[in-house]
Amino acid sequence: MYLGEAGSSSNRMKSVEEKNDEPIRKTLSALIVDDDALIRKVHLTILKSLGFVAQVASNGKEAVDVFRSGANFDIVFIDMDMPIMNGIETTKALRAMGVNCKIVAVTSRGTDVEMEDFVQAGVDFFHVKPLTVAKVIPFVERLQK
Amino acid sequence: MDAVTQLQRQLVDYTNSLFLEGFLDDQFNQLQQLQDESNPDFVVEVVSLFFQDSERLLNELAKVLEQQNIDFKKVDAHVHQLKGSSSSIGAQRVQRVCITFRNCCEEKNIEGCLKYLQQLRHEYSLVKNKLETLFKLEQQLLAAGGTIPLY
Repeated sequence: MYLGEAGSSSNRMKSVEEKNDEPIRKTLSALIVDDDALIRKVHLTILKSLGFVAQVASNGKEAVDVFRSGANFDIVFIDMDMPIMNGIETTKALRAMGVNCKIVAVTSRGTDVEMEDFVQAGVDFFHVKPLTVAKVIPFVERLQK
Repeated sequence: MDAVTQLQRQLVDYTNSLFLEGFLDDQFNQLQQLQDESNPDFVVEVVSLFFQDSERLLNELAKVLEQQNIDFKKVDAHVHQLKGSSSSIGAQRVQRVCITFRNCCEEKNIEGCLKYLQQLRHEYSLVKNKLETLFKLEQQLLAAGGTIPLY
């Protein structure tokens, strides 16, 4: 049985078998943790544009509470400087709870000391703000594998 | 040249000038590319948040720097936040002043901090005017029946 591809300039039609061989891309989920509403809005829009289902938390304690409520995410993007619980404290707490998804620190500082502290806390990757589509795409590809 | 084409050219030229003069950097392009039919006011909304953040932080900075015993950690925290939001919308000149301002905080240099606060206010005021003019041009173009060109 052959199915045509609408708008295809090629006369070749993919068979159902070939279509079924294409990897199904799962919907990825993300948590954005930042106390700045502007940053949350920009990061949320970037992630949604890449097909993520994303949620936000405005500080580390909220992020911990979200995980405690039973939510799971493929990836967390977390700021450093936040009230109540900063990014490093939050990362440590999440890892202690057994959260093993990818955690990406996204901060304005980017000092060696901060990077070192974040890595010690259990973060997987580190980006200096601003987050961009180009910075997120490699994570999409990695998470889809 | 009809009115729509003229307005489009004006908008493109004006936008290009903002990049050439260093007011905006590629991050602003990134924001424009994220705007679509499902999110048609995204750039205006984000820039409005930047205006709110900046005005609050500039006022806080002025208050902290008026104190007898200046809390340089607080000054640094406010400048750091402004650096983050300015970099997120591509307000390059504001971001650059923040970087130098933070050096003065580290050195506990009161005169330097006061000087850079003035500079920050100046750069913020300039970019605010520029962006408001940009949005007005976009509105004029849309009102004339034109569409905003893809940059």
